[in-house]
Amino acid sequence: MSAAFNPFERLKNSLTKTKDNLVGRITQVVMRRKIDDDLLDELEEILIEADVGVKATMRLIEAVKEKARERRLTEGDEVIGLLKEEISEILSRKKEPLETEAEIKPVIWLIVGVNGVGKTTTVGKMATRFAADGKQVMIAACDTFRAAAIEQVGIWAERSGVDMIRSQHGADPAAVAFDAASAARARGIDMLLVDTAGRLHTKANLMEELKKIRRVVEKAAPGASVYSKLIIDGTTGQNALSQVKVFTDAVGCDGLIVTKLDGTAKGGVMIAVAEELGVPVDFIGIGEGIDDIQRFEPQQFAEALFA
Amino acid sequence: MFGSLTEKLDGIFKQVRGRGKLTEKNVKDTMREIRQALLEADVNYKVARDFVKAVQEEALGTKVLESIEPGQQMVKIVHDKLVELLGTTTVEMHPVDKTPTVYMVCGLQGSGKTTLCGKIALMNKRKNKKPLLVAADIYRPAAVQQLETLAGQIAVDFYHLEGKKPPEICREAVKHARTNFIDLVILDTAGRLHVDDALMAELQDIQKQVDVDETLLVADAMTGQDAVNVASQFHEKINLTGVALSKLDGDARGGAALSIRKVTGCPIKLASTGEKPSDLEPFHPDRMASRILGMGDIVTLVEKAQETIDMDQAAKMQDKLLKAQFDFEDFLDQMQQLKKMGPLENVLGMIPGIGKQLKGVQVDEREMERMAAIVKSMTVEERRRPSIIDGSRKKRIARGSGNSVQAVNQLLKQFNAMQKMFSQFGKNKKKLKGMQLPGGMPPL
Repeated sequence: MSAAFNPFERLKNSLTKTKDNLVGRITQVVMRRKIDDDLLDELEEILIEADVGVKATMRLIEAVKEKARERRLTEGDEVIGLLKEEISEILSRKKEPLETEAEIKPVIWLIVGVNGVGKTTTVGKMATRFAADGKQVMIAACDTFRAAAIEQVGIWAERSGVDMIRSQHGADPAAVAFDAASAARARGIDMLLVDTAGRLHTKANLMEELKKIRRVVEKAAPGASVYSKLIIDGTTGQNALSQVKVFTDAVGCDGLIVTKLDGTAKGGVMIAVAEELGVPVDFIGIGEGIDDIQRFEPQQFAEALFA
Repeated sequence: MFGSLTEKLDGIFKQVRGRGKLTEKNVKDTMREIRQALLEADVNYKVARDFVKAVQEEALGTKVLESIEPGQQMVKIVHDKLVELLGTTTVEMHPVDKTPTVYMVCGLQGSGKTTLCGKIALMNKRKNKKPLLVAADIYRPAAVQQLETLAGQIAVDFYHLEGKKPPEICREAVKHARTNFIDLVILDTAGRLHVDDALMAELQDIQKQVDVDETLLVADAMTGQDAVNVASQFHEKINLTGVALSKLDGDARGGAALSIRKVTGCPIKLASTGEKPSDLEPFHPDRMASRILGMGDIVTLVEKAQETIDMDQAAKMQDKLLKAQFDFEDFLDQMQQLKKMGPLENVLGMIPGIGKQLKGVQVDEREMERMAAIVKSMTVEERRRPSIIDGSRKKRIARGSGNSVQAVNQLLKQFNAMQKMFSQFGKNKKKLKGMQLPGGMPPL
């Protein structure tokens, strides 16, 4: 079976760099060593350099220490097992199955996030994926602010062969969202993906705009399930925590899609987000191709990391 | 910008102050906390470690131990070291001194390259140079249209060759520039991963085809630990001459700036602080360090004010302010001037001592609009002499501006507080440092 058709292989390949960097080093550190303070310090450095963050790293280290004592483990290489267990456990919390089909149609995903994280690309990939699953998919082009954003998502809609509702540049994004939700309901669409403009979470007026989009969508499609999916750039550091907090306050946040994990960034901040804020990761983006998106599986992720 | 790091260091120094004198032990304690603050700000692990080490060595010097105010000394040491790390002086972009000068803008996907290209073009247009925006991103859907639209918005020339590879597009663009009296060619390249060998080779190819004067890396201020890898790889492969930081208007602590500067040695030249084409500033290491330490960025503020505010009017205003003759007419004027300076939160963040107080206070531009509406519903007489506003006038103003009487009352109260505050400034300008802003009131 070729790599492209085996999600596990695919994930593993894409994470090889991550793995080489993170796990390669962890393995080096723990080989034939006893658990001691020096070892834990080195682990701390590795986790922090993976963007796990100071607090989450401290807690991970504490947990590993605790477990090692409980189980009377003294060998360094057993630490990897403990870390894997711990990380996988944290990332598995709050994980729920995805709802892609509901009695009241459509299921609506608001794709939100700060500028340049890959929202439009993600919308394109998700549309393709859902369409391939036999779903009726529609895209709402609600980024009416950035130059050529509508054209960009339009190209993705064409590629994935799904319907798109759009308006002109500068139009009220909430109005587009309303039209799209109404149209999706009328046409019996299964999944409506709402592509919104990138906005820094610190801009109060733009966050208000987002709230409005959610409100009108709920109004246009009464009873439909509306999910806010926050897109996080995998290279982001600790600011991701702030992004998740503020977006959650504004429109709720049912899951993350972490993009750009095909580089050398380790995306460790998602561990911190899961631990501190309890928001699960739904998908990860691992390339620019239309099918370069994977369901995020904590166990698999941890296994692939520590394989 | 860097707000939280400031707060952290403030907290630490408060402890140092409390302890009175610096000893080896409390320096070490403080350093651990500084290190942690830097790490939380996404400064690279190794960069933070080196930084802390350097500061600690200096802090342990006798000069500090004998000083009367160890906290102040500590602030200075950390500040100086931060400046040193960030690059001591402002480094300008390569001058636009031949026809054409060529800038190449590159970076990861979504770092803000295209937006920055537009900003650089506008900045140069305002200096009476003729820029050309070149679309060399043939990969991302609609990237070419995005740049073309931007070029149209700021009315500068645009160049693209349909169906050609980026190196050829760039080469032809420079030819086109020569015959069209273009001063500055800005090459907007596609976002790429630093580990994508094919695409990195493409950038090298562009450099072979075109005599590039400035190779600029655009880095997202929110980048985490990986900033070090990205910057060093780009630098290794295409020999960067400068770095631009984007999205500095968010609340990211921006530690990536320190890391990138440290690993590449390249000067950070530009700071991108908003979505509008005019939201671009030169990067000032000293100001940035001051900002990190909560000393505010008053110099940028003054410069911004000079660019946008009518100086005669401003002088008059200052006079009025200090004599407490400030009325609602001036207030309205001031609000309009302030609006010209850009989003309020950017402006406020630069004022010393304010950044911290504004923590959690989102500046709502619409609140400003509401206040303006109330003032506009006043008669000229009322604006000049707010004291004559009685109950019935309040009712009328409220109705006229679509507000409640309470809202009018609130504004009047805030206005009084502001007048009082400014009359105190008049008496003692030094008080500016610790000034308390009444809620929702625009500072000046």
